[in-house]
Amino acid sequence: MATTTSDIQTEIDKHDDHAGHDDHHHGPEKGLMRWVKTTNHKDIGTLYLWFAFIMLLVGGAMAMVIRAELFQPGLQLVEPQFFNQMTTLHGLIMVFGAIMPAFVGLANWQIPLMVGAPDMALPRMNNWSFWILPFAGAMLLSTLFMQGGGPAFGWTFYAPLSTTFAPDSTDFFIFAIHMLGFSSIMGAINIIATILNMRAPGMRLMDMPLFVWTWLITAFLLIAAMPVLAGAVTMMLMDRNFGTSFFDAAGGGDPVLFQHIFWFFGHPEVYIMILPAFGVVSQIIPTFARKPLFGYSSMVYATASIALLSFVVWAHHMFLTGMPIAGQMYFMYATIMISVPTGVKVFNWVTTMWRGSMTFEVPMMWAIAFVMLFTIGGFSGLMLGIAPADIQYHDTYFVVAHFHYVLVTGALFSIIAAVFYWLPKWCGRMFNEKLATIHFWWAVISVNVLFFPQHFLGLAGMPRRIPDYALQFSDFNMISSIGGFAFGASFFLLTYIIVDTIRNGKPVKEARVWESAKGLEWTVATPAPLHTFDEAPTRELILAESSHTGSH
Amino acid sequence: MDEKRTVGKYFWLKLLMVPIGMFGFAFALIPLYDVLCDVTGLNGQLGNSQVDYSKVVNYAVDENRHVMIDFTAAISTGFPINFYPKTKKMDVIPGKMYTIEYMAENRSNKVVIGQAVPSIAPSLAALHFKKLECFCFSKQVFQPKQPVVMAVRFVVEPDLDKSIHNITLSYNFFKIDKSKT
Repeated sequence: MATTTSDIQTEIDKHDDHAGHDDHHHGPEKGLMRWVKTTNHKDIGTLYLWFAFIMLLVGGAMAMVIRAELFQPGLQLVEPQFFNQMTTLHGLIMVFGAIMPAFVGLANWQIPLMVGAPDMALPRMNNWSFWILPFAGAMLLSTLFMQGGGPAFGWTFYAPLSTTFAPDSTDFFIFAIHMLGFSSIMGAINIIATILNMRAPGMRLMDMPLFVWTWLITAFLLIAAMPVLAGAVTMMLMDRNFGTSFFDAAGGGDPVLFQHIFWFFGHPEVYIMILPAFGVVSQIIPTFARKPLFGYSSMVYATASIALLSFVVWAHHMFLTGMPIAGQMYFMYATIMISVPTGVKVFNWVTTMWRGSMTFEVPMMWAIAFVMLFTIGGFSGLMLGIAPADIQYHDTYFVVAHFHYVLVTGALFSIIAAVFYWLPKWCGRMFNEKLATIHFWWAVISVNVLFFPQHFLGLAGMPRRIPDYALQFSDFNMISSIGGFAFGASFFLLTYIIVDTIRNGKPVKEARVWESAKGLEWTVATPAPLHTFDEAPTRELILAESSHTGSH
Repeated sequence: MDEKRTVGKYFWLKLLMVPIGMFGFAFALIPLYDVLCDVTGLNGQLGNSQVDYSKVVNYAVDENRHVMIDFTAAISTGFPINFYPKTKKMDVIPGKMYTIEYMAENRSNKVVIGQAVPSIAPSLAALHFKKLECFCFSKQVFQPKQPVVMAVRFVVEPDLDKSIHNITLSYNFFKIDKSKT
């Protein structure tokens, strides 16, 4: 018999006089305290998603400042020091505040529904790991208002910029990173425990939907990589305040060591932000191509091999630190090797669509845009992985274009796709498809106007993180900024669409919101009730609802 | 069809060991990194060990090969010493022994104790730049307002990669806390 939440809850309640506040078959608590005290995976998923969305808007506003300053050459709007704070915080907020919490939110909502579990394995820790986030985010943002300004050393916070030459507020930044790391690690442990412990008894590992698989692997990446980041910021803290010299050459330390430790975390981190995206797209494409996912087991193995390889390629971010040729060769080939499992995935998505009965509902359009645009980002990544070519590309706008193609049109697009795909199930209302289609084209066109010219800027040698540029870069920067403002404005429309759906959307009654969708989440009522799968689904149901076997 | 469970209820406690271990690993990277640099001479970090005279007398000297050595000096912040090489540049023949001198003068009115940390660039040259005598082997005591001449005796091994024509030897002096010495 599987361990269920109620078992654990009973166990906890034995030692707890305040039993009953998470009692099943009662409605949620009324008012604000529902959200503060909730241990329900759906409520916490919702909280994560709203937090991520707000952070996305905050980080986006910072990007608008950056693009406005870069609209023309010369310094027009902000001081260089403030510009540096904008680039730094934009990166940190988007990575740790928007993309990662959004994926954890999707995991919270969907994983219990997709594996037939009544809730997450550790509901109270789940509450804690969410409620750390707003405080960490607020602490990070508060540095902007401190004397000396916020962190201005780039999101990679290389020492000694972040130790010897950093503003005083850096200690707040360090503490915020520690808290964000705690939250991620707890979230990841919860996800692993849920998937391995709480699956419906009839669901074998290779029966799990691909979103669950990619999140299981991502969670292992998280618990292995985030503590290394915590170690790096701890060393920074000690260098800054306790007289150690981890990164100070004068005291026998080494600033290059910082880069090694940072990127030992940093490279797995980029896969933490893209593997769940692969999972989302692998759920959406079979639904609207009306075919089972092509090559399910190869998808699982490809995900696992990407995860393993991600730990042994970190120094491709450091080709210019004076590595010996042998090191450069190793990191170059190991990096390029990652394109093999990634290629397997793209091949499988295309093959799933091949000769499918495709329809182009909004989530499907976002998923297809993901496949195409993420692939562009993958190709520019390949170019950057070539050590001799990287001498030209390093720290230019080419890098900026590359990681925005994989993170915006990759990770963010998959999150938007996931929200459009599952939102009707979550709130029982259909979004305005006409507006959503307009929003899709608006965003997809403007995002390319925004980021594609940055490839050319980078190839021509425009450095990143600099508020001014040489005159020959003017035209492409102006085009890029116009695209940026248009893309930024599209989020007002997205906000309207989502709020409008939740408030006045056309009610959906069918459990299977998309007639061709497969998966356990489509067997529960719409809108998804607060408590689902009090009784585990049978193996027959699990097999019938598999999105990767049988026929659609 | 009940699948056999392979993980227990408190599996997550075992999982907690992974982040704890990885946090430790971040710190373990420091000795690992130092060991790697010592073994390979990467990062120019090989320069602080003395070499025997007996080892270096038997090199085959190729008089036609020349390597230019640059000498630089630096001090950490708050170190009140004027520190510079007497010779800025030297044309050397690999296999031969040379001696150069660095000057240091304490600007302050107190006794200052310092330690020099050498670094050699490019990294590949570090393995073949042998110091027979160096002020960096031990702590240096600087009396107030007293100039000191400090010698470095070195040899560049003929095994040095043929593609290397320039080597930079730099020293960074940092202060040693008196209370800890």
